[in-house]
Amino acid sequence: MELLKEREEQIHRTGEQPFTLSCNKDSLAGAVSQRACVFCGSRVVLYPIADALHLVHGPIGCAVYTWDIRGALSSGPELHRLSFSTDLQEIDVIFGGEKKLTNALFELIERHSPKAAFVYSTCIVGIIGDDLEAVCRQVEKETDIPVIPVLSEGFKGNKRAGYTAACSAMARLVGNGDISNISPYSINILGDFNLAGEIWIIHAYFERMGVEVVANITGDGRIADIQRAHGAALNVVQCSGATMDLARLMTDEYGIPSIRVSYFGVEDMAQALYDVAEHFNDPEILEKTRELVKEELEELLPKLDFYKKALKGKKAAIYVGGSFKAFSLVKAFRLLGMDVVMVGSQTGTEQEYKELAEITDPGTIIVDDANPLELTSFLEEQSVDIFVGGVKERPIAYKLGVAFCDHNHERKEILAGFVGMLNFAEEVYSSVMSPVWRFTYQNVEDR
Amino acid sequence: MSKNPPNYISTTNACKLCTPLGASIAFKGIEGAVPYLHGSQGCATYMRRYIISHYNEPIDIASSSLSEKHAVYGGGANLKLGLINVTKKYHPRIIGIATTCLTETIGDDVKMFLRQYEQEVEGEKPIMVQVGTPSYNGTHMEGFHDAVASVVDTLAGTGEESVTNRDVNILPGFISPADIRYLREITDDYSLRATILPDISDTLDGQAAKTYEKIQLGGTPFSAIAAMGSAMASIEFGHTMKEKSGGTILSEKYGVKNIRISQPVGISATDRFFDHLSQLSGVEIPEKHKAERGRLVDSYVDGHKYIYGKKAIVYGEEDMVVGMTGFLAEIGVMPILCASGGKSGKLAEKIAEATGDILPEQPRIHEGMDFYDISELAETLEPDVLVGHSKGYPLARKLSIPLIRVGFPIHDRMGGQRILHLGYRGAQQLFDLIVNACIAKKQGDSPVGYSYM
Ligand code: SF4
Ligand code: SF4
Repeated sequence: MELLKEREEQIHRTGEQPFTLSCNKDSLAGAVSQRACVFCGSRVVLYPIADALHLVHGPIGCAVYTWDIRGALSSGPELHRLSFSTDLQEIDVIFGGEKKLTNALFELIERHSPKAAFVYSTCIVGIIGDDLEAVCRQVEKETDIPVIPVLSEGFKGNKRAGYTAACSAMARLVGNGDISNISPYSINILGDFNLAGEIWIIHAYFERMGVEVVANITGDGRIADIQRAHGAALNVVQCSGATMDLARLMTDEYGIPSIRVSYFGVEDMAQALYDVAEHFNDPEILEKTRELVKEELEELLPKLDFYKKALKGKKAAIYVGGSFKAFSLVKAFRLLGMDVVMVGSQTGTEQEYKELAEITDPGTIIVDDANPLELTSFLEEQSVDIFVGGVKERPIAYKLGVAFCDHNHERKEILAGFVGMLNFAEEVYSSVMSPVWRFTYQNVEDR
Repeated sequence: MSKNPPNYISTTNACKLCTPLGASIAFKGIEGAVPYLHGSQGCATYMRRYIISHYNEPIDIASSSLSEKHAVYGGGANLKLGLINVTKKYHPRIIGIATTCLTETIGDDVKMFLRQYEQEVEGEKPIMVQVGTPSYNGTHMEGFHDAVASVVDTLAGTGEESVTNRDVNILPGFISPADIRYLREITDDYSLRATILPDISDTLDGQAAKTYEKIQLGGTPFSAIAAMGSAMASIEFGHTMKEKSGGTILSEKYGVKNIRISQPVGISATDRFFDHLSQLSGVEIPEKHKAERGRLVDSYVDGHKYIYGKKAIVYGEEDMVVGMTGFLAEIGVMPILCASGGKSGKLAEKIAEATGDILPEQPRIHEGMDFYDISELAETLEPDVLVGHSKGYPLARKLSIPLIRVGFPIHDRMGGQRILHLGYRGAQQLFDLIVNACIAKKQGDSPVGYSYM
């Protein structure tokens, strides 16, 4: 395939040249990036906080496209599942939207009594120059709940910048809660969004280990928990970029150390638990952790054998939002005896891509910020059996007669934890082994 | 009929989408076209995902990917670069350019940028069709109709005169691929040569194929659009679009008679559509369709008791709401609330026309509604059934009543692109669906568990 010249530096083949890959660049005009915007990044991170009001200040689209599309569950309030917008009209664009925003905030806070309000700015708010800080300050004073601006104008960078904006917003909450009675063996879970209920599984593991979870950030999240997050002894951070900034801030401000983990795949899941146990260096916790992993594996591994046999040698391609998840997926496929032939992400860092190049086989394609046509040609070139991605990648796979596994925020299946590995194998299996591929014209002649 | 319309400042769970989304879908219905949003990256990506989840088809919408500095200094350079890149990768015949809120707000002059592009760029140059789509001014339907109008304005009249006297234009608005295929079948059966604009029947409901097409096959052919100015007449579905539409442009510029009718949903509206086709073609309704009408009437009779007097809330795009309300009225279902996020100012009038003298009382009709408003009213209205797209599901669930899925988006079921709404055949499917939903509800709620209803 002919690549657009500007795109060449964002694609690498393992083992072919010395590693270079430029990333974190603005998407190329006209290239149909799979990326979203700053606002999207902020929305992903903050969305699961279930007792907060999430008001999108802008024209209607930005809010409506993010209405209840993510599978982040709550065990209690479900305010996060509603889509609030100031729905700016022409007149607001001309005369400014501050008044409408103020009134909308009063209206919604009175109606829903949230524990806090996040106000997201979108592209045109940045242009018309509304003073979000001032509006939020005023409303906060009068309503007595935290009202926090999220500076997420879409064009001010990519999703990563949105993560940063979300973390700064949450940082305003941390430090305001009562932290007496928190166990010395306590953590915050950062970077799990409770898709399909995953954080409950992880939570339960930590409980079994004897570790107290102070705040979920942000899956099944609550404002009050985040306000006392500074009382935890350790931040356990998942996912590449999303909540790393908050962890860093908490290290600087409160001296809370952090470790990075992943809950996807058997190796990474077990490693995550051991890392936490080792951090506390308590014999009882260590013992309980060993037991937990042993129990879980005894249950899981025999069940996995069936899938391994069926899937051995099949070829997989990965294109996900953050590259950290890609690592776990590479390992998970390896555990199943499958070969990863392409791996890419929307927002990976150079270091992450370099490490990916190190752990993948020669010939593996590594790509940053790909577009549909590139993905198509990679899948064809590598004759892939299964493609892991999000909704936007699905039709590409299907049109090419390739099986597909949804590993994005919209999914409704638990893929984290030990049980998640089993579900993942099942998901992959049920797509790869389906008889429908016998009919697609890549495999048989058109009739 | 608008008594006490709710009047909130904020919008919760909107019942509308943004303008460029409509424009992008319309552009997808033109052969060899790639939709292009002049704005920042996020909007295009969000819309792609939203549209993909309904059609299950690849939807490539290019974007200028404006960043902060472009927002300050203008997006002209990125627009041109983007067009060059899209051309290189996709080799489109047409690029359909829609603006977004951002580029409208910073005041980018797209027409001027395109003139510069014409002068500066050498080599392969697709035809550019351009439409202004600020979302703070209208919904996806304005975007859709304005894009169609712009296509007609730009491309019609550039082709050869028609000599057959069998040519008609159909501007159906935003309907499903299945509807479009069926319209084509009807006009074929009349031996009319119809140009349906836009035609998403293949592009957004494609076949399996051996090779991946960068631009999905199908869409209204360029040559057909070019010849639209010499058709006998245009039939335009819907009454709530602006005065300046594809149909009115063709009539003003080329004297093509424009016939505006409601979306042909249900028997009465479909009869009007077939009457026009008979007049234009000079032949009676083809036997096949007459038979379908006959079977439909027969089934109306068979099923009427199960649904008479059931109360329905209808929501969605205004023209679809008008069509559905007319249909529900004629089968004995009582529309009690008709709601749309659109604000044409014509909804009440058009619903009154569509329902004629059937209803003892006109439903409550509100424009500019969101699902918060609808839910609030629903509590006192006690509906038996909801008719609309997937986003009404939370309400249906709350009220434990069935949702009859029509229109766009269908995000929680398979086959949204294959829902048939129009004509006798569409009415047949909708009728069976509604009757069966009511029977299933009664059956499910019954403590007895009858297998014979
Ligand atoms: S900025 Fe405008 S065009 Fe973009 S998503 Fe929001 S409403 Fe739609
Ligand atoms: S307008 Fe800006 S913030 Fe909204 S979706 Fe588009 S890029 Fe994102």
